[in-house]
Amino acid sequence: MEKSNEVTLEMLQKQVDELTNKVAYLENNRKDQLSMAIVSGDMDKILAAMVISVAAAAMDTQVKLFFSFWSLSALRDPKKSPKGKDFISKMFGIMLPNGKDKLKLSNMNMAGMGPMMIKMLMKKQNVMSLGEMFRQAGELGVEITICEMSMGLMGFKKEEFIDYPHLSYAGAATFVADAGESSIQLFI
Amino acid sequence: MTAEELKSVEVAKSVDARGTACPGPLLEAKKAIGTIKAGDVMEILSSDEGTKQDIPKWCNKQGHEYLGFAEENGYFKVYMKKK
Repeated sequence: MEKSNEVTLEMLQKQVDELTNKVAYLENNRKDQLSMAIVSGDMDKILAAMVISVAAAAMDTQVKLFFSFWSLSALRDPKKSPKGKDFISKMFGIMLPNGKDKLKLSNMNMAGMGPMMIKMLMKKQNVMSLGEMFRQAGELGVEITICEMSMGLMGFKKEEFIDYPHLSYAGAATFVADAGESSIQLFI
Repeated sequence: MTAEELKSVEVAKSVDARGTACPGPLLEAKKAIGTIKAGDVMEILSSDEGTKQDIPKWCNKQGHEYLGFAEENGYFKVYMKKK
Protein backbone atom coordinates (compact mmCIF):
# COMPACT_ATOMS: atom_id res chain seq x y z
CA MET A 1 0.00 0.00 0.00
CA GLU A 2 2.73 2.40 1.03
CA LYS A 3 4.70 1.50 -2.02
CA SER A 4 1.88 2.27 -4.45
CA ASN A 5 1.43 5.69 -2.78
CA GLU A 6 5.06 6.49 -3.42
CA VAL A 7 4.70 5.56 -7.03
CA THR A 8 1.68 7.86 -7.40
CA LEU A 9 3.58 10.79 -5.90
CA GLU A 10 6.46 10.14 -8.23
CA MET A 11 4.13 10.04 -11.20
CA LEU A 12 2.45 13.25 -10.13
CA GLN A 13 5.81 14.96 -9.79
CA LYS A 14 6.71 13.80 -13.27
CA GLN A 15 3.44 15.11 -14.69
CA VAL A 16 3.91 18.47 -12.97
CA ASP A 17 7.40 18.73 -14.43
CA GLU A 18 6.12 17.92 -17.90
CA LEU A 19 3.35 20.50 -17.62
CA THR A 20 5.76 23.14 -16.32
CA ASN A 21 7.95 22.60 -19.35
CA LYS A 22 4.98 22.74 -21.68
CA VAL A 23 3.66 25.99 -20.16
CA ALA A 24 7.11 27.57 -20.44
CA TYR A 25 7.25 26.54 -24.08
CA LEU A 26 3.76 27.86 -24.82
CA GLU A 27 4.43 31.15 -23.06
CA ASN A 28 7.56 31.56 -25.13
CA ASN A 29 5.51 30.85 -28.23
CA ARG A 30 3.57 34.09 -28.16
CA LYS A 31 6.32 36.61 -27.56
CA ASP A 32 5.63 40.25 -28.27
CA GLN A 33 7.72 39.87 -31.38
CA LEU A 34 7.31 40.47 -35.10
CA SER A 35 9.07 38.22 -37.58
CA MET A 36 8.99 39.17 -41.21
CA ALA A 37 10.43 37.35 -44.20
CA ILE A 38 11.20 39.95 -46.87
CA VAL A 39 11.73 38.43 -50.28
CA SER A 40 10.62 41.22 -52.65
CA GLY A 41 12.97 43.92 -53.77
CA ASP A 42 10.39 46.45 -54.98
CA MET A 43 10.62 49.88 -53.45
CA ASP A 44 6.95 49.90 -52.41
CA LYS A 45 7.20 46.54 -50.69
CA ILE A 46 10.41 47.40 -48.85
CA LEU A 47 8.79 50.67 -47.84
CA ALA A 48 5.72 48.88 -46.45
CA ALA A 49 7.93 46.41 -44.59
CA MET A 50 9.94 49.23 -43.02
CA VAL A 51 6.89 51.33 -42.05
CA ILE A 52 5.40 48.34 -40.24
CA SER A 53 8.74 47.47 -38.64
CA VAL A 54 9.37 51.00 -37.36
CA ALA A 55 5.79 51.26 -36.04
CA ALA A 56 6.08 47.89 -34.29
CA ALA A 57 9.45 48.78 -32.79
CA ALA A 58 8.03 52.13 -31.60
CA MET A 59 5.36 50.08 -29.81
CA ASP A 60 8.15 48.12 -28.06
CA THR A 61 7.56 44.99 -30.09
CA GLN A 62 10.81 43.15 -30.84
CA VAL A 63 11.27 43.15 -34.62
CA LYS A 64 13.26 40.55 -36.55
CA LEU A 65 13.56 40.94 -40.32
CA PHE A 66 14.80 38.15 -42.53
CA PHE A 67 16.03 39.46 -45.89
CA SER A 68 16.40 37.06 -48.80
CA PHE A 69 16.45 36.98 -52.61
CA TRP A 70 15.46 40.25 -54.34
CA SER A 71 15.21 42.18 -51.08
CA LEU A 72 19.00 41.92 -50.67
CA SER A 73 19.33 44.72 -53.25
CA ALA A 74 17.86 47.09 -50.67
CA LEU A 75 20.71 46.30 -48.29
CA ARG A 76 23.52 46.97 -50.78
CA ASP A 77 25.74 49.93 -50.08
CA PRO A 78 26.48 51.74 -53.40
CA LYS A 79 29.69 53.14 -51.91
CA LYS A 80 31.13 49.66 -51.46
CA SER A 81 32.51 47.57 -54.30
CA PRO A 82 33.61 44.10 -53.23
CA LYS A 83 36.50 42.41 -54.97
CA GLY A 84 36.97 38.86 -56.14
CA LYS A 85 33.59 38.21 -57.78
CA ASP A 86 33.27 35.74 -60.63
CA PHE A 87 31.71 36.70 -63.97
CA ILE A 88 28.10 35.71 -63.19
CA SER A 89 28.19 37.40 -59.78
CA LYS A 90 29.47 40.55 -61.42
CA MET A 91 26.63 40.41 -63.97
CA PHE A 92 24.06 39.99 -61.18
CA GLY A 93 25.64 42.89 -59.38
CA ILE A 94 25.27 45.09 -62.44
CA MET A 95 21.70 44.03 -63.25
CA LEU A 96 20.26 44.32 -59.75
CA PRO A 97 19.53 47.67 -58.06
CA ASN A 98 22.54 48.93 -56.15
CA GLY A 99 21.00 50.03 -52.86
CA LYS A 100 17.67 51.18 -51.47
CA ASP A 101 17.63 54.40 -53.50
CA LYS A 102 17.77 52.47 -56.77
CA LEU A 103 14.79 50.15 -56.19
CA LYS A 104 11.98 49.88 -58.73
CA LEU A 105 8.24 50.10 -58.13
CA SER A 106 6.17 46.92 -58.52
CA ASN A 107 3.64 49.01 -60.47
CA MET A 108 3.99 52.17 -62.53
CA ASN A 109 7.77 51.98 -62.62
CA MET A 110 7.84 53.67 -66.04
CA ALA A 111 11.60 53.30 -66.50
CA GLY A 112 12.38 55.03 -63.24
CA MET A 113 9.86 57.87 -63.54
CA GLY A 114 7.57 56.21 -60.98
CA PRO A 115 10.08 55.92 -58.14
CA MET A 116 11.23 59.48 -58.82
CA MET A 117 7.66 60.77 -58.50
CA ILE A 118 6.97 58.70 -55.38
CA LYS A 119 10.12 60.08 -53.75
CA MET A 120 9.01 63.62 -54.61
CA LEU A 121 5.57 62.98 -53.12
CA MET A 122 7.04 61.35 -50.02
CA LYS A 123 9.21 64.40 -49.42
CA LYS A 124 6.27 66.74 -49.97
CA GLN A 125 4.05 64.83 -47.55
CA ASN A 126 6.79 64.40 -44.95
CA VAL A 127 6.97 60.62 -45.25
CA MET A 128 10.35 59.36 -44.01
CA SER A 129 12.72 58.27 -46.79
CA LEU A 130 13.87 54.65 -46.89
CA GLY A 131 17.27 55.75 -45.65
CA GLU A 132 15.72 57.52 -42.69
CA MET A 133 13.55 54.47 -41.93
CA PHE A 134 16.59 52.19 -41.85
CA ARG A 135 18.32 54.68 -39.55
CA GLN A 136 15.32 54.78 -37.18
CA ALA A 137 14.99 51.00 -37.32
CA GLY A 138 18.63 50.71 -36.30
CA GLU A 139 18.10 53.07 -33.39
CA LEU A 140 15.03 51.14 -32.25
CA GLY A 141 16.90 47.84 -32.28
CA VAL A 142 15.20 46.26 -35.30
CA GLU A 143 17.25 43.18 -36.16
CA ILE A 144 18.12 42.34 -39.75
CA THR A 145 19.21 38.85 -40.75
CA ILE A 146 20.57 38.20 -44.22
CA CYS A 147 19.84 34.82 -45.77
CA GLU A 148 23.26 33.29 -46.46
CA MET A 149 21.96 30.95 -49.13
CA SER A 150 20.35 33.60 -51.34
CA MET A 151 23.31 35.91 -50.76
CA GLY A 152 25.55 33.21 -52.23
CA LEU A 153 23.09 32.37 -54.97
CA MET A 154 22.89 35.96 -56.19
CA GLY A 155 26.61 36.44 -55.91
CA PHE A 156 26.53 39.10 -53.21
CA LYS A 157 29.34 39.48 -50.72
CA LYS A 158 29.11 40.50 -47.07
CA GLU A 159 31.41 43.45 -47.79
CA GLU A 160 28.86 45.14 -50.04
CA PHE A 161 26.03 45.45 -47.50
CA ILE A 162 25.14 48.57 -45.52
CA ASP A 163 26.61 49.33 -42.11
CA TYR A 164 23.65 48.47 -39.92
CA PRO A 165 23.96 48.10 -36.13
CA HIS A 166 21.99 44.86 -35.79
CA LEU A 167 22.97 42.88 -38.89
CA SER A 168 23.61 39.14 -38.90
CA TYR A 169 23.74 36.23 -41.32
CA ALA A 170 21.84 32.97 -40.97
CA GLY A 171 19.77 30.31 -42.68
CA ALA A 172 16.09 29.50 -43.03
CA ALA A 173 15.94 27.61 -39.74
CA THR A 174 16.72 30.84 -37.90
CA PHE A 175 13.68 32.47 -39.45
CA VAL A 176 11.50 29.45 -38.68
CA ALA A 177 12.69 29.39 -35.06
CA ASP A 178 12.21 33.16 -34.61
CA ALA A 179 8.83 33.14 -36.34
CA GLY A 180 7.74 30.21 -34.19
CA GLU A 181 8.02 32.26 -31.04
CA SER A 182 6.63 35.50 -32.53
CA SER A 183 3.03 36.56 -32.09
CA ILE A 184 3.16 38.28 -35.50
CA GLN A 185 4.57 36.63 -38.60
CA LEU A 186 4.59 38.32 -41.97
CA PHE A 187 5.87 37.60 -45.45
CA ILE A 188 6.31 39.98 -48.34
CA MET B 1 -12.73 63.45 -22.10
CA THR B 2 -14.36 66.21 -24.14
CA ALA B 3 -12.33 68.78 -26.05
CA GLU B 4 -13.28 71.42 -23.43
CA GLU B 5 -12.09 69.23 -20.54
CA LEU B 6 -8.86 68.45 -22.38
CA LYS B 7 -8.03 72.15 -22.64
CA SER B 8 -7.88 72.44 -18.85
CA VAL B 9 -5.57 69.43 -18.42
CA GLU B 10 -2.08 70.26 -17.22
CA VAL B 11 0.33 69.08 -19.91
CA ALA B 12 3.82 67.98 -18.82
CA LYS B 13 5.16 67.53 -22.32
CA SER B 14 4.12 68.69 -25.76
CA VAL B 15 5.35 66.82 -28.82
CA ASP B 16 5.08 68.62 -32.12
CA ALA B 17 4.95 65.93 -34.79
CA ARG B 18 3.20 68.01 -37.43
CA GLY B 19 6.17 67.75 -39.78
CA THR B 20 6.01 63.97 -40.14
CA ALA B 21 3.66 61.40 -41.65
CA CYS B 22 2.96 57.89 -40.38
CA PRO B 23 4.74 56.35 -38.50
CA GLY B 24 6.55 59.57 -37.53
CA PRO B 25 4.14 60.84 -34.86
CA LEU B 26 4.12 57.47 -33.08
CA LEU B 27 7.91 57.41 -33.17
CA GLU B 28 8.13 60.93 -31.72
CA ALA B 29 5.64 59.99 -28.99
CA LYS B 30 7.63 56.88 -28.14
CA LYS B 31 10.84 58.90 -27.85
CA ALA B 32 9.20 61.55 -25.66
CA ILE B 33 7.41 59.17 -23.29
CA GLY B 34 10.70 58.33 -21.59
CA THR B 35 11.20 61.96 -20.57
CA ILE B 36 8.01 62.26 -18.46
CA LYS B 37 6.98 60.76 -15.13
CA ALA B 38 4.19 58.25 -14.47
CA GLY B 39 0.87 60.08 -14.20
CA ASP B 40 2.07 62.99 -16.35
CA VAL B 41 0.02 64.03 -19.37
CA MET B 42 1.58 64.33 -22.81
CA GLU B 43 0.03 65.96 -25.86
CA ILE B 44 0.99 65.05 -29.39
CA LEU B 45 0.42 67.57 -32.17
CA SER B 46 -0.15 65.91 -35.51
CA SER B 47 -1.64 66.58 -38.91
CA ASP B 48 -1.51 62.91 -39.90
CA GLU B 49 -5.10 61.62 -39.61
CA GLY B 50 -3.96 58.08 -38.79
CA THR B 51 -2.44 59.35 -35.52
CA LYS B 52 -5.93 59.67 -34.02
CA GLN B 53 -6.35 55.90 -34.27
CA ASP B 54 -2.71 54.92 -33.72
CA ILE B 55 -2.05 56.68 -30.40
CA PRO B 56 -5.04 55.01 -28.62
CA LYS B 57 -3.83 51.62 -29.91
CA TRP B 58 -0.33 52.32 -28.66
CA CYS B 59 -1.67 53.46 -25.25
CA ASN B 60 -3.79 50.34 -24.99
CA LYS B 61 -0.82 48.09 -25.69
CA GLN B 62 1.53 49.87 -23.29
CA GLY B 63 -1.01 50.44 -20.54
CA HIS B 64 -1.03 54.25 -20.82
CA GLU B 65 -4.31 56.08 -20.55
CA TYR B 66 -5.64 57.65 -23.73
CA LEU B 67 -7.54 60.83 -22.88
CA GLY B 68 -8.88 62.03 -26.22
CA PHE B 69 -8.12 64.52 -28.97
CA ALA B 70 -8.96 68.13 -29.77
CA GLU B 71 -9.18 69.63 -33.25
CA GLU B 72 -7.13 72.71 -33.97
CA ASN B 73 -6.74 74.73 -37.12
CA GLY B 74 -5.28 72.30 -39.67
CA TYR B 75 -4.00 69.82 -37.09
CA PHE B 76 -5.10 68.17 -33.85
CA LYS B 77 -3.80 67.39 -30.39
CA VAL B 78 -3.92 63.90 -28.93
CA TYR B 79 -3.72 63.60 -25.13
CA MET B 80 -2.47 60.65 -23.10
CA LYS B 81 -1.43 59.95 -19.53
CA LYS B 82 1.67 57.86 -18.79
CA LYS B 83 1.22 54.63 -16.84
